[in-house]
Amino acid sequence: MTTTASLAPNTSDDASIRRQRIRAGLTRRHVNETMFRGLGLAAILAALVFVCIFFYTILGKGIPSFQQPVLHLAVTFDPDVITSPTPPARAVGQSDADYRAATLAWQREVAGLNWNRIVEAAVRAKLPATVDMDSRQVLSLVETSERHRLRERFVADPSLIGKTVQLELLASANVDNWLKGNIDRSLSDAQQQLSAPARATADAFLADGTITWRFALSIFSNVDSRAAPAAAGLAGAFMGSLYMMLVVILLAVPIGVASAVYLEEFATKSRLTDIIEVNINNLAAVPSIVFGLLGAAVFINYFHLPLSAPLVGGMVLTLMTLPTIIIATRAALKGVPPSLRQAALGLGASKMQMVFHHVLPVTFPSILTATIIGVAQALGETAPLLLIGMNAFVASVPGSPLDQAAALPVQIYLWQGNENRNFFEARTSAAIIVLLGLMILLNAVAIFLRTRLERRA
Amino acid sequence: MPQLTSWIFAALLIVLLGIAYQVGWSRSRGLVVASGEKLHSRSQYHGSLVAIWALLPAIAILILWGLFGEAITNTYIMGFLPPDVAALTGPQLAQALQRIRSLASGFGVAGTPAEWEVAAGQALAQFQLITLLIVILLAAGIGILAMFIARTRIAPRLRARNEVEAIVRIVLIACSAIAILTTAGIVASLITEAIRFFSFVSPIDFFLGTVWNPVFSSTGGGSGQYGLLPLLWGTIMVSLIAMLVALPIGLMAAIYLNQYASPRVRAVVKPIIEMLAGIPTIVYGFFAIVTVGPFLSSLGDVVGLDVSATSAATAGVVMGIMIIPFISSLSDDILNQVPRAMRDGSYGLGATQSETIIRVLLPAALPGIVGAFLLAVSRAIGETMIVVLAAGNSPVLRANPFEPISTVTVSIVNQLTGDTDFAGPQSLVAFALGLTLFAITLVLNIVALYIVRRFREQYE
Repeated sequence: MTTTASLAPNTSDDASIRRQRIRAGLTRRHVNETMFRGLGLAAILAALVFVCIFFYTILGKGIPSFQQPVLHLAVTFDPDVITSPTPPARAVGQSDADYRAATLAWQREVAGLNWNRIVEAAVRAKLPATVDMDSRQVLSLVETSERHRLRERFVADPSLIGKTVQLELLASANVDNWLKGNIDRSLSDAQQQLSAPARATADAFLADGTITWRFALSIFSNVDSRAAPAAAGLAGAFMGSLYMMLVVILLAVPIGVASAVYLEEFATKSRLTDIIEVNINNLAAVPSIVFGLLGAAVFINYFHLPLSAPLVGGMVLTLMTLPTIIIATRAALKGVPPSLRQAALGLGASKMQMVFHHVLPVTFPSILTATIIGVAQALGETAPLLLIGMNAFVASVPGSPLDQAAALPVQIYLWQGNENRNFFEARTSAAIIVLLGLMILLNAVAIFLRTRLERRA
Repeated sequence: MPQLTSWIFAALLIVLLGIAYQVGWSRSRGLVVASGEKLHSRSQYHGSLVAIWALLPAIAILILWGLFGEAITNTYIMGFLPPDVAALTGPQLAQALQRIRSLASGFGVAGTPAEWEVAAGQALAQFQLITLLIVILLAAGIGILAMFIARTRIAPRLRARNEVEAIVRIVLIACSAIAILTTAGIVASLITEAIRFFSFVSPIDFFLGTVWNPVFSSTGGGSGQYGLLPLLWGTIMVSLIAMLVALPIGLMAAIYLNQYASPRVRAVVKPIIEMLAGIPTIVYGFFAIVTVGPFLSSLGDVVGLDVSATSAATAGVVMGIMIIPFISSLSDDILNQVPRAMRDGSYGLGATQSETIIRVLLPAALPGIVGAFLLAVSRAIGETMIVVLAAGNSPVLRANPFEPISTVTVSIVNQLTGDTDFAGPQSLVAFALGLTLFAITLVLNIVALYIVRRFREQYE
């Protein structure tokens, strides 16, 4: 400013006006600067707030459902109820099929017995004499799957008859809701799932220690169940996802790495390789549901592979994951310094030896990371699986990749739609925690291996 | 039983592999010792070559048996069936055959089997044993024969390495062809099934129809109306809302992290935001219906708007959150690529940081950001699980974003889930929708990738 003044000494008025204008402009510009900066900060904060709300919701809803109420009861295998106590013995010369038929007939007979009476008697033994409840109200405290568990216990060990065993039985989902406050406790009788005496009993049992909180192992050890929500678990879905991930790893990694090696190292630049390149980039951005349509039309409808099978799901997810692995591997191969290739070639290695003995091992950490990220992505994918029938209700743990199975994300989809919302909102959140936990674990493993391998290299 | 045979086959192949490799290896070694000549290829390559030649014919035989073995066995059993049983078809015949198989495996059947069944069972058991032995001997024999032929070829001048490498090269080419096959498979399956759909419903009714009402045949009454427009409109509305959320937040976050934030803040915040990208979409969908939907709905009550808990707005906002990291990391990369000299020039002229960003950096990065935007839009259009859960599934043309809508992807899921006979327009329409979706995203992707590539070349 002083220079302006000295250059034009006669116009000091003009100068001061100009100085004022500049100053005013500067203030405005600085306000703009601060506002712009504030906008940027606000965007960051908004994103962080979303992350916080997200995890707060999921964890807040999910963590309580890892605890679940159980009833400690003395269960008597009453011979008056169990009227067909002895399993068939195997006769000499009886064929396997005949023996199995006889055993099944016996099991059917056992299943036809009134196990509810045994459960009811066990609960009633704990009830004070003053409480007046009918059978339905008593049974509403215990999850319906528990009578099957008693039956299975008996089938496995028929000598239990007449004995009294101290057992832990899962409380029903409605008791769980009531005790956790997942259902509004002030609602009128008509709107409550449990009757008034049953609710009072649940509270009394919790107070006297007949009901205690237990870690909900059922989430991990049981399969899905519609009739018995409190016993519904992720075991089947977990195995289904595991099989699919195995298929993805076994197929996507070798194929992806092989095609990346070919495209990056061997293919001469031509129209065809250009097309393949554009094509792979496009495949990476094709919506996942389109892969589901492909699976439904080709694998299911044309090749008649089984519906709901993890093998088919794994193949669809493989096609979806391939571009990720190919692109990452190519980027890694591009990053290998030319000196390494020249040194190998200079010592007389063939091109194939150069690639497989020297270039590829260097890229191993990147390929591993890309694989794990691709697998984590495939693990969370839902839409394509719905189209190849993996949303079927499956109440068994798949024994092979060709058996019917659900998958973790599909199980979340099925549970969130369950009509017992109060209970399943929590259980779905628990399933989400398991899924997110697995994905975080995978990513942590990727980061760990990467830093370790890179340090060594 | 089938599992046992697959184990036997696998063991056979592994043993053959080991022996053949060893034979090739030691033979080439022996040549070196005996003649003192230098070999063209190292012994490993001779071993691998012999192993490959030995395994290929063995595998071919096992595959042939896998393809036709079942049919051959069935034909054999059919010879034992009395005429009245042989005349059966479908599941009844399959059941009869299954009984015989159970008898043959020694498991037996419940009750007393008929005399002819017992006879057929015994014959089948014998037949299975004999065919299994034949197949194993044949595979092993031909494998060993091929191994010896390959062994006689071993000579100091045999270019074993080149042959092995040629085979590896073919395998590599086959692997990279899978990517092409996938695209071809997608296009072919979408187009053939869509054409079948258009034989039920005219393309004009599909692309220009304004009513979406696919009546299932079990409920009777016509084949329904398949107008694409309500779904397309729903898709556009949800994507628009998502971009309205994601673009400002994502872009401003990228600018702040790239230009203002200290390295320490950047190192912490960037991974946290990118964590949003790794969360499965089904989880976002759940988040939308339990948190965002009720929140928007009560917000609507406060300002006197009737907001449905599952609506275009709910799905759009959550999808926007999902896309934030996508936009912010792509924009961050792009801002990094703008040459430093341009920024420094602007600072040198006295511009403030925000002026530099708005007048220099963003115009320079604009093509790249447009590309990122288009990629994000294509992602929003193809997103499925969030809209399946949170958009309300109501395929009606309406302009109010606070009411339920339906999208192309939701309808694909609804029309195809659990139904795979592909007989009527109800399920085939999913492929016409899929084709539309594929075409839209393909165009968006190609344009976006082209723009981004041009942008990169500009500053390289």
